[in-house]
Amino acid sequence: MTTTETAPKAPVPALTQATAAGRLDALLRAREIGLALAIVVLIALTTAKNTHFLSADSIQQILNGGALIGLMAVGETLVIVTRNVDLSIGSTLGLSAYIVGDLFVHDAIDIWMGFVVGIAIGAVIGLINGLITVVFRVPSLVVTLAMLYAIRGIDGVIVDGKQINASSIPGGYTAIGYQTVLGVPWLFIVVAIIVAIAGYAMRTFRSSRELYAIGSSPQAATLAGIPAARRVLVAFLISGALAGLAGALFLAEYAQVNNNSGTGYELTVVSAVVVGGVAIFGGSGTVFGAALGALLLNTINLALVAARISASWNQAIAGALLLAAIAFDRWLSQRVTRKLRKTEGAHRDI
Amino acid sequence: MTPTDEPRPVLELAGARKSFGAVHALVDGRIALRSGEAHALVGENGAGKSTLVNILAGVHQPDGGTLTVGGEDVVFNGPAAAREAGVSIIYQEPTLFPDLTVAENIFMGRQPLRSGRRIDRARMDEEARSIFKRLGVALDPRRVARGLSVADQQLVEIAKALSLSAKVLVMDEPTAALTGVEVQRLFDVMTTLQNDGAAVMFISHRLEEVFASCQRVTVMRDGKFVSSARIEETDVDTIIHQMVGRDLDSLFPKTATTPGEPVLEVRHLGREGVFDDVSFTVRAGEIVALAGLVGAGRSEVARAIFGIDPRTQGEVVVDGKRLEPGRPLAAMAAGIGLVPEDRRQQGLVMDMGIDQNFALASLRKLRRGGIMRRSSEQRLAKVWAERLQVKFGRLRDPAATLSGGNQQKVVIGKWLAREPSLLIIDEPTRGIDVGTKSEVHRIIDSLVQGGMAVLMISSELPEVLGMADRVVVLHEGRVTGNFARDEADETTIMRAATGQHGRDAA
Amino acid sequence: MTSDVQTAPTGRPDSVQRSIGWRDALRWEGGLVVVLIAVLIFGSAQSSSFLSQSTIFYAGINIGYIALMALPMTFIIMTGEIDLSVASMLGLAGSLMGFLWHHGWGIWPAIIAALVVGALGGALNGVLVAYTALPSIAVTIGTLTLFRGVAQILLGSLTVPGVGDPQFPDSMTKIGTQSIPGGALSYSTVLFLVLALLAGIVLHATPFGRALHAIGLQPEAASFSGVRVAWVKFCLFVVSGLICAVAGVLLTLQNASVSYTAGTGLELNVVAIVLFGGVSIFGGKGTIFGVLLSVIIFGALQMILTQTHVEAEKQLVITGLLLLISVIVANGRELLSRVRSRLAVGGGSR
Repeated sequence: MTTTETAPKAPVPALTQATAAGRLDALLRAREIGLALAIVVLIALTTAKNTHFLSADSIQQILNGGALIGLMAVGETLVIVTRNVDLSIGSTLGLSAYIVGDLFVHDAIDIWMGFVVGIAIGAVIGLINGLITVVFRVPSLVVTLAMLYAIRGIDGVIVDGKQINASSIPGGYTAIGYQTVLGVPWLFIVVAIIVAIAGYAMRTFRSSRELYAIGSSPQAATLAGIPAARRVLVAFLISGALAGLAGALFLAEYAQVNNNSGTGYELTVVSAVVVGGVAIFGGSGTVFGAALGALLLNTINLALVAARISASWNQAIAGALLLAAIAFDRWLSQRVTRKLRKTEGAHRDI
Repeated sequence: MTPTDEPRPVLELAGARKSFGAVHALVDGRIALRSGEAHALVGENGAGKSTLVNILAGVHQPDGGTLTVGGEDVVFNGPAAAREAGVSIIYQEPTLFPDLTVAENIFMGRQPLRSGRRIDRARMDEEARSIFKRLGVALDPRRVARGLSVADQQLVEIAKALSLSAKVLVMDEPTAALTGVEVQRLFDVMTTLQNDGAAVMFISHRLEEVFASCQRVTVMRDGKFVSSARIEETDVDTIIHQMVGRDLDSLFPKTATTPGEPVLEVRHLGREGVFDDVSFTVRAGEIVALAGLVGAGRSEVARAIFGIDPRTQGEVVVDGKRLEPGRPLAAMAAGIGLVPEDRRQQGLVMDMGIDQNFALASLRKLRRGGIMRRSSEQRLAKVWAERLQVKFGRLRDPAATLSGGNQQKVVIGKWLAREPSLLIIDEPTRGIDVGTKSEVHRIIDSLVQGGMAVLMISSELPEVLGMADRVVVLHEGRVTGNFARDEADETTIMRAATGQHGRDAA
Repeated sequence: MTSDVQTAPTGRPDSVQRSIGWRDALRWEGGLVVVLIAVLIFGSAQSSSFLSQSTIFYAGINIGYIALMALPMTFIIMTGEIDLSVASMLGLAGSLMGFLWHHGWGIWPAIIAALVVGALGGALNGVLVAYTALPSIAVTIGTLTLFRGVAQILLGSLTVPGVGDPQFPDSMTKIGTQSIPGGALSYSTVLFLVLALLAGIVLHATPFGRALHAIGLQPEAASFSGVRVAWVKFCLFVVSGLICAVAGVLLTLQNASVSYTAGTGLELNVVAIVLFGGVSIFGGKGTIFGVLLSVIIFGALQMILTQTHVEAEKQLVITGLLLLISVIVANGRELLSRVRSRLAVGGGSR
């Protein structure tokens, strides 16, 4: 269409106020800032009570401890954003960690191959999750729940009661778990790079925006011709691959794997993602938020220890925090909706 | 039609047919859209307009007929094909991505890119802004779509169509959910589009809109093309006659009754921001119609009476007793039944059996010693299915297998099984084929003859005029008219419904 | 696309116009019966003592408390919600009972307190899910962590009865070692069977049960028929909390001891049993009979695998595979027709 001469018209104001948009956007962005602030305040308060909390050692603990959960939270975010969920990641981590460890025990691979194998194992599992979800249209909650069991079972059969210890693993490999660069742990650097890349990609590429579109309105996604099945499949694949990588890193960090490694991680990761502001029913939330959520959960754990509050309080506080985060989200969105509706109503009376 | 002296149509559909199972939704669909022209498609509900739109949208594939775009035969095997051919559809309630920004909604899958296949957000926002500027509206491309009014959502869809360089814009009842100001703005946008050379197809029930904004009008009835004419060659009466195709009187089997005692008294009912100071009375043996434009608050009033929605002011009195707010069970106990507006979402549980749907409001009555037997449920369903002449396969088939009209009968039967003293029916015949329509009207008439009070909400004026003993008109949540049967006619109701009755127009 | 509705209300091809109520459900349960018979034959072939009283008794001990939790879970999933906090509630109730016993309370006051807390915890879930309309999966992941956390606060690393504590009274703990007077079944089995019978009647032969179906299929239509959707959901969560507390008390007495980790991770077992029983994760479809069969199959399988010395790990694989196959078979066709009707109705989907 070419622009032909039309009678100049004064722009009619949009009936919904434009400024409300900026406000909402600001609120959403504030979520990440809010999380970062919460972490800083928490560290400050704890330091006030126990000055040792701000030591290099403890900062390293904060960064390292949240790293694996944060890494898996990246993949989980991709999946949850599409209105799905991946509950198999804890089992995937366990299986990947053991197999990589076992290969080291038999001197079958070098250090780098360890990561490749870990990622490959996870990717295969993710592919299976995605295929079943997409092809049979079975809810991913059920698929990945079943896979949680199946993988943990296979893990158990392979592990067969054995355990992998630090002595069997190359020193260069475990070094990733404790060595630092300029005081920053390697493990954290690796995860931070992945979070940064994923966070940037989720904002920047067409296919990643389509993940949000699918979760935001599956129906509109169909109408817009988005290849939803393929996108969801890839989201599961990446989630699996990152869980597999987390397994390889788990081995490096703890240098000890048995058939229980990673048990229950899936719900911790989902918690971190939700605390990080990712909507459980898809469509919104960022990788950065999810990673910060993981960091916050871990900071709370360590702060409790440092504040000499019994570690027994960890879980209860994490749970309460999670509920608060969900309720806060709801409150926020209701407030925004109410505000938008009010501006609309005002216009109607003109 | 004399095609010789007119420019060639951009898009032409001829002889289109489409059936859904046994229902022939479209028998002979025809339309020819020309560049720079706004073409209205009118017809009663069920005339096949939406099916025709869905064929143009590529959502439905026609069983027969030809479709040409730019002089070439085309087949739309999906929405993408239609879009590619330059056909964009603006639905009454667009499906946007609520979590994404306006600009992303416009450009999803086609975002402008910069190096490395990265989305160029600045350019995307800028392009969106320039489209809105061309349309003459100020909408922030960076805000999320959630919370946009329906009118603004349509604008986003129109902007999307423009960004696709659509040659044909099909608007499916866009004004039905809009306020007066919003409608005017939409017409301004439509004019801009026409001036830019687009062919616009416009579907509306409001003939005054058709005459105000379109250059050509096509009438459909019962899935068939009836006529097509330039707007100055026809008039409202002709079109109404072509749409209805029969005399109104024979359509509505209205029997005169003498109203009895008041059953429902609504006094100063209000809900903040929705409706205010609504008062009226419904007496036994009387049909009261709540009329008004879509969005005037009619259904909301009905829902507040029934207790599904809250109310903040006033009172509802049934048979002399005040009704607690917000409690459907109390309303049901007081003898009220509500046949809701959206049959498929609110009226029926579609995956449940027909028998179970019939019994759904009477479950407690079917209890014997705390236990409910399926046989008693089926007995109840059988009685009412026969009495209302529901056409079904087996009683335990899901309600989804019924046709629209028969589904409506089930919803009505569900409440009749409770022997209510007041039945509220929201849009009794929406989306029902003509034959079943009059059956539903007969059912309502016989109920009233039997002494029941009926509160009817209808967007179809003929239905209101044909059935109601009294018409209460709402405009923007307030009562702007209350007419007895002999005072009510199309003009008085429309004046009140558009707020020209005592108040200034919006 | 409301417009679509008006012209295509009967737009389903005849092939889809089949009854999807009882018949499908019965077909599913028929399948379960076949599986059960196969399992029993296989078990008898493996061990002559398979169908003996002691096997049945121990199967009941092993699965009874899990099966109990499956009953309220069935109701909740029927309404389209989920309760992932069940196992944590079990742990919390047991821990509270142990905590109070440790502090010198009588056994009955301790039990009653545990049950009260169960109902209160359920009420917390219920309020958040039913009255603030938060997604139950997120809420109950939150309370999963919270309840377990409170249990940890109560007991810490303590196992009750510990050193210096009196043992639980023999008259109570015998339910872990003795069958009911005059029968071969364990107390937990009998309790489960009685409650299952009750649940079956409520679900299939009362207005309340019919309301549950309606809520699961179409909550809006349910409320327009006078069903108090929020209230019903609230009640279900309270009952779920209460029953889980009963299971917690039972498990504590059965084991004659409790620590805060009791029942960790069982929530997913419970969900698996319910889904394998043919209850649709979308709500609205399923029978107590199916869940009963599912419980028996799981119980029998567990016994076989234990008796034939198959490791717990392989049992997990089997659990996962069974669940996976069941949802693919059960949901495949239903999903297809659902997707079609969704497209016609134009409603959103999860």
